[in-house]
Amino acid sequence: MLDITNLSASYGEARVLTDVSVTVNPGEVVTLVGRNGAGKTTLLKCVMGLHRDYEGGISLAGAPVDKRSPDQRAKAGIGWVPDDRGMYASLTVAENLTLPPVVHSSGWSLDKVYDAFPVLRERRNSMGTQLSGGEQQMLAIARVLRMGSRLLLLDEPSEGLAPVIVQRIGEIIREIKKEGVSVLLVEQNVKFASTVADRHYLLAQGRVVEQLDNADFQARESELLVHLGI
Amino acid sequence: MGGISVHPLETQENRDMEDFIQYTVQGLSAGGFYALAALGLAVIFGALGVVNFAHGACYMLGAVGAAVLLGTFNINFWAALVIIPLLMFGFGVLIERLLIQWLLRLDILYNFLLTFGLALLLVDLVKREYGVSGLPYEVPPGLEGLVTIGSVSIQKYQLFVFAFSVVICLAVWLLLTRTRVGMIVRAATEEPERTRALGINVGRWVTPIFGFGIALAGLAGVLAAPFRAITASMGSNFIIVLFAIVVIGGLGSILGAVVAGFLVGLVEAYGQAYAPSFSQLVIFILMAIVILVRPAGLFGRRQEAV
Ligand SMILES: Nc1ncnc2c1ncn2[C@@H]1O[C@H](COP(=O)(O)OP(=O)(O)O)[C@@H](O)[C@H]1O
Ligand SMILES: [Mg+2]
Repeated sequence: MLDITNLSASYGEARVLTDVSVTVNPGEVVTLVGRNGAGKTTLLKCVMGLHRDYEGGISLAGAPVDKRSPDQRAKAGIGWVPDDRGMYASLTVAENLTLPPVVHSSGWSLDKVYDAFPVLRERRNSMGTQLSGGEQQMLAIARVLRMGSRLLLLDEPSEGLAPVIVQRIGEIIREIKKEGVSVLLVEQNVKFASTVADRHYLLAQGRVVEQLDNADFQARESELLVHLGI
Repeated sequence: MGGISVHPLETQENRDMEDFIQYTVQGLSAGGFYALAALGLAVIFGALGVVNFAHGACYMLGAVGAAVLLGTFNINFWAALVIIPLLMFGFGVLIERLLIQWLLRLDILYNFLLTFGLALLLVDLVKREYGVSGLPYEVPPGLEGLVTIGSVSIQKYQLFVFAFSVVICLAVWLLLTRTRVGMIVRAATEEPERTRALGINVGRWVTPIFGFGIALAGLAGVLAAPFRAITASMGSNFIIVLFAIVVIGGLGSILGAVVAGFLVGLVEAYGQAYAPSFSQLVIFILMAIVILVRPAGLFGRRQEAV
C-alpha cells in the first residue's frame, strides 16, 4: 500500500531522516516507534506532502506520489491524523467532520460515524476546539474514516489520553484493519502499539535501527522501553 | 440649558434628541460602507495573509467608476451597484494573478509594498484622467429628500445605505457560515496547510476571495458616491479609518470588521456633531482604548476567524 524507499529529509541544513525505508502492506497496521525528536512526525509529513524537502521515493499502491501536492495525496487515499488532532476552532464538530471530500466509496457515512462515536452526534453543534482531548482524537480519526482514506497516518493518537479512551482507539484501529484499511501508526506507548500492530519499525536519530514483527516486539518489550528511554 | 420655564426646555431637549437621531442615522450610513470595505479587507487578510493597502484606492475606483458610468454612459446608480462590483471583482482577480500571487510565499512586507505602490499608481492614474476636483454625482432617483418619522427628518439615502449594507453583511455572513464554500474559506483561513492535507485545493479559492474582497471595496465606493466628494484622493483618508476599524474589530475577524465598521461610523458622526475639532481624533482615541483593554481587538481571538 505504502512504500517509502531510501528517504532522507532535512529542515534547511539540519538532516533529520537518513535513508529510511518503510513498507505498509494492504490491510496492515505498522508502527513507527522512537523517542521524541527521532523524526517520526517528519516522516508522516513527507508522506502527506506537507514536508517537501526530502530525497528518495514515496509510492502509494505502486504509484509514486512525490510530485503530488498534499490535497492530491489526500484524494489518492492518504488520511492524516496530526499529533495536535487538527481541530478547527471556527468550525463546528459536524463541519470539522464533513470538511474533507469523500475520496473513496468505502468512506463511512455520517450515520455510521455518529453510531460509532455517539459523543460526536451529541456535540455536533459545538465548536471543534470545545471538545475534550479524547473527543478531539475521536473526531480526527472519524474525519479520515468518513473520507474513506485507504492509508491512515496516525501521529501519537494515544498521547495524553485516559486508559479507557486509549483502549477505545485500539478497538477502532482493529476495526478499520478488518475493513482492509492500512495504518501507519506513530507511537511511544509500546504497550498500546503491541496490542494493535502487525509489525514495528524502531526509529532512532532519523534512521530505522530495527524492524520487528509483533511477537518479537512483545518478547523484547522491556528492552525496548529502555532503548526508547520512556 | 438651565431654562426658566418648563416648556422651552422640553422643546430644546426634543430638538437635541432629533439631532441625535439624525447623527445616529448619518453614522450608521457611513458605518455601512466602512463595514463593507472592512469586511473585504478582513476576508482578504484571512485567506491570503495580505494587508491590502490598495483597499482605499479600490473604494475610490468604485466611486469614480460610478461617476464615469453616469457621466459618460448615462448608466444610473442602480445598474452601477451591480456593474462596479463585477468589474472590481475582475480587477481583483487580475491583480492577484498578475502580481499578488508571486509574493505570497515571501515576507508579508513585499505585499505591503506592492499594494501600497499599487494604491499610489491608481490614485495618480485617476488624477491624470479626471483631475483633482470632484466628479459630480447625484442621489439616485427615488432616494432623494427626506423621510419624516414622528418629528425627525432623515435623509432617505442614508437610511437606504444603512439597510443595504446590513443586508450585504448578513448575506456574506450566511455565505460564510451556512454554505460549503464558506466552510472551506473558514478552514483555509484558519489552517491553510492542514486544509490541503484534508484534500482541499486551497489555492483554487485564493484568487476568487481576493476578487470578492476588492468587489466589496468597490461596492462601498458606489454607495459613497452620492454623498462624498468623488476625487482621486478620497481613498487615502478612508484607508486610515479602515485600518483603525480593522484594529478595533480584531485583525482577520469578519464579525469584528462589521461591528467595528458601524461603531466607527457612529463615533465619527457624533464626533463631527459634538466635537468637530476632534472628529478624526475620536476614532483613534477609541482605537487606543480598545488596544489597551483588548489588545487583539474586540473580536480578535486568533482561533475565531468568523
Ligand atoms: N519545522 C521544523 N524546523 C526545523 N526543525 C524541525 C522542525 N520540525 C521538527 N524539527 C526537528 O526535526 C527532528 C525530528 O522532529 P519530529 O519529526 O517532530 O520528531 P518526532 O515526531 O519523532 O518527535 C527534531 O530534531 C526536531 O527538532
Ligand atoms: Mg512527533
